[in-house]
Amino acid sequence: MSVQVLNPSGNGNPLTAKDYATDQDVRWCPGCGDYSILKQVQTVLPTLGIPKEKTVFVSGIGCAARYPYYMNTYGMHSIHGRATAVASGLKAARPDLDVWIITGDGDALSIGGNHFIHLLRRNFNVNVLLFNNEIYGLTKGQYSPTSPKGKVTKSMPYGSVDHPFNPIALALGAEGTFVARSMDRDPKHLRDMLLAAHQHKGSSFIDIYQNCNVFNDGAFGLFTDKDTKDDHTLFLEEDKPLVFGKETKGIKLDGFKPIVVSLEENAADECWIHDPKDKIKASILSSFFEYDMNQGALPRPFGIFYKNDRATYEDLLAEQIEEHKKKDNTDLDKLLSGENVWEVK
Amino acid sequence: MKEININRSKKEVVILFAGDSGDGIQFTGGQFTETVELFGNDISTFPNFPAEIRAPIGTEAGVSGFQLKFGSVEVFTPGDQYDVLVVMNAAALKVNLHNLRPGGVIVANTSGFDSKNLKLAKYIDDENPLTNDSLENYEVHAIDISKLTKEALKDSGLSVKEIDRCKNMFVLGFIYWMFSQSPDNTIKFIQHKFKSKPEIADANIKALKTGYHYGETSETFTSRYEVKPAPLQKGKYRNISGNQATALGMVAAASHNNFELMYASYPITPASDILHELSKHKSFGVKTFQAEDEIAAVCAAIGASFGGSLAITGSSGPGIALKAEAMGLAVMLELPLVVVNVQRGGPSTGLPTKTEQADLLQMLYGRNGEAPMPVFAAASPKDCFDTIYEACRIAIEHMTPVVVLSDGYIANGAEPWRFPTSKDLKTITARRPDENDFLNDKFLPYERDEHEVRPWAVPGIKGLEHRLGGLEKELRTGNVSYNPENHQEMIRIREKKVNDIALDLPDQIIHRGNEGADLLVLGWGSTFGSIERAVKDLIEEGVSVAHIHLRHINPFPKNLESLLKSFKRVIIPEMNRGQLSKLIRERFLIDAISVNKTKGIPFSVEEIKQAILKYQDHVSTSA
Ligand SMILES: Cc1ncc(C[n+]2csc(CCOP(=O)(O)OP(=O)(O)O)c2C)c(N)n1
Ligand code: SF4
Ligand SMILES: [Mg+2]
Repeated sequence: MSVQVLNPSGNGNPLTAKDYATDQDVRWCPGCGDYSILKQVQTVLPTLGIPKEKTVFVSGIGCAARYPYYMNTYGMHSIHGRATAVASGLKAARPDLDVWIITGDGDALSIGGNHFIHLLRRNFNVNVLLFNNEIYGLTKGQYSPTSPKGKVTKSMPYGSVDHPFNPIALALGAEGTFVARSMDRDPKHLRDMLLAAHQHKGSSFIDIYQNCNVFNDGAFGLFTDKDTKDDHTLFLEEDKPLVFGKETKGIKLDGFKPIVVSLEENAADECWIHDPKDKIKASILSSFFEYDMNQGALPRPFGIFYKNDRATYEDLLAEQIEEHKKKDNTDLDKLLSGENVWEVK
Repeated sequence: MKEININRSKKEVVILFAGDSGDGIQFTGGQFTETVELFGNDISTFPNFPAEIRAPIGTEAGVSGFQLKFGSVEVFTPGDQYDVLVVMNAAALKVNLHNLRPGGVIVANTSGFDSKNLKLAKYIDDENPLTNDSLENYEVHAIDISKLTKEALKDSGLSVKEIDRCKNMFVLGFIYWMFSQSPDNTIKFIQHKFKSKPEIADANIKALKTGYHYGETSETFTSRYEVKPAPLQKGKYRNISGNQATALGMVAAASHNNFELMYASYPITPASDILHELSKHKSFGVKTFQAEDEIAAVCAAIGASFGGSLAITGSSGPGIALKAEAMGLAVMLELPLVVVNVQRGGPSTGLPTKTEQADLLQMLYGRNGEAPMPVFAAASPKDCFDTIYEACRIAIEHMTPVVVLSDGYIANGAEPWRFPTSKDLKTITARRPDENDFLNDKFLPYERDEHEVRPWAVPGIKGLEHRLGGLEKELRTGNVSYNPENHQEMIRIREKKVNDIALDLPDQIIHRGNEGADLLVLGWGSTFGSIERAVKDLIEEGVSVAHIHLRHINPFPKNLESLLKSFKRVIIPEMNRGQLSKLIRERFLIDAISVNKTKGIPFSVEEIKQAILKYQDHVSTSA
């Protein structure tokens, strides 16, 4: 095709983050957490060995959803809540493409909640990046389905009475096969999660805490501020004990009940050893969410909660098609004539 | 043996087989259809299912019907009034008697008229209509079909239940005899169907033959008919329903032109059969996606279209309402997409199993912003094939979402179809990016040809990376633009693109009658058969009338205005409150008269005739 001669992008040199940037001005507010996420993705993509033209970003609507315009790949900025549905059709049609879904907490969990859970259960091999700022950014600051109860916003000036979603628990409940959490303020961790998500074959979901410095500044301060983060974050690593607080504290399981123990009195290897294949434990971990802020009893886990292999929708569909191409009629004329033909002479 | 004259005067006969859902009515009707088709009659059929899946046995709500009209002349509709009413129980008679023509034939299974059945059918005082005088204006054959079948099969070794299930074959045999048709085709069919259960096959065949011989030997006076073959166009035929034709048209458009077909849908009556049919054709690479809702379905189709598939979504009114926002997205993205609406009675859940044409304006205008889409409508079951095929071609060649309207009447109705071979199918060619779609080596996804068609660049091709989205596009580059002049220009271009499609569509033809007649009956969609028949009959009676039927409602055919203006008067029968009439009046300033029916049932030929005569009268007196 003449097109490739005319526009030879990628001349055999390895791709760099720059190759993934577009000439469009990035329009997020200065200081927005979205910048960091964009940067980490642009850094990770060149290392994946996927040709740029095979990569597609699909988003819904929201601040986060502007994302595809800033990626020099194929992309679609669709409509509010439907990125997961658009991506499902794209991936079913084109299993060869590397598909990324960019969505916000309103986009994925409110208007698009239905498609979100069905995407996970079907297990399309795509990556879902939830830019979770616990607020509606684009519409200027209403509470979202992840805003904590009591949150004062324009649309609930006396405090929200909505009980929030726990996105990790939701993804587990929807039979997600890769469920992780990360944050904009920890670039290294985010890159690791992006890599792991991409490696996983199936729907990979990352709940990314993202600071909206205009409408919800500091929502995740507990986990990002120097003074508090060590005591309030727990980084999950496979086969490693759950320890936090600069290795001064650990988590043990008392039956199904997690308890915080001091590592001065307990050896680290007696603590709960993280096994991301264990769904029951993943579900207990996901509940490190409903704790009382004041008590600060359980830290918020970051990392891969759960990961398991299950056949993807697009593979099963393609297999069925291959099987029937071998065994059934493939002649269009035969299909048109059907079984019962008569002739008028 | 008695003497029976065979009546050969009948050119057309309408039969209704009616009974309980479990009586094998659809099967019986289907077999009769196949037999007369093979014999050479033209035929039109329509199944009538009860609205509730498990309506109580023996009640009026549980009555299932199969209506057909076959003839020695061209048949356009399944008929207005029945000539023959076959009823397996009292409820079936009660529900359908009003539509039997005076003097018509009733074939009734008397064991379906015992006191229990009479009570269930709510006959007053359980009075049996077969034994009082209420049916004296009809020719009644009250036959104890259950008993005769039982008798005939007493040595079959089958259970009472299995034997009872054969009673529809007795009926079919009797009707074959009545219409001088051979039972051989059905015998062959039964042998094939029950290959692995010879005792069932034998019993069914025996019941069939018993019914046939009963006609010959019974003492009652019986009329017998023979309907000669129809002078159909030469060629090979099969029977097809509208939904089947729609599905096959999609497969043909994809397969013949090397596209992958993706059909995304959420089940809804009366559109589900398209999904069912397509899901069987995996061997043609058809991907069907049963989505979690209609929004997901249309969005998945848009995703597949972005990926290069021929992408289609189908639903009925309520589901289409949900798809509206995404259809607007498809207008903005300028990607090929076909949206099928198999209409039913509305608003809201409305009448799911009944037919209506009230979604026309929804399809034309039911989106936010200026969001024009081509709208095509199928006229008959077999026409669904050509309509959807053309919609696929226009969607791909003009890079636009296209709407196809069908409705419950033609979706479930069936007729003989002189099917095409793949050689007869038009080639569909996508507009792929070429050298002119670049500016300084940068791909311009919204560069256009003279008909405003942009290139379809599919992910996977190096150098064509681009971003689409629902925000307004800048001319040529497709980047986001909030510029006022740009927005106005893009709206103009999107409109022109749709209007230019008329240049790629055939001129409107007059289906029947001549240009300049006193009265034109203008129709669209499933009213085709009734209008065609009414106009044909009245022309033969010397009335100055013509019939034009629109497939292309947006854009209208180029020559439509001049055609319409040649008639003294235009009437538009529609199963809605006058939606096409609004369009015609507004577009052409023609004083078109709207003829409406919104009962969930199609216009009868008689109703169209009356409308023609009423307004034809106006023309003559006012002239
Ligand atoms: C159908 C529809 N309803 C409402 C909106 C308005 N709207 C745009 S973005 C948005 C919320 C976005 O919140 P979120 O998904 O959390 O994204 P963020 O802006 O926070 O990144 C809303 C309500 C819309 N664009 N479309
Ligand atoms: S409103 Fe918030 S989320 Fe949106 S761009 Fe600004 S800082 Fe980011
Ligand atoms: Mg948000």
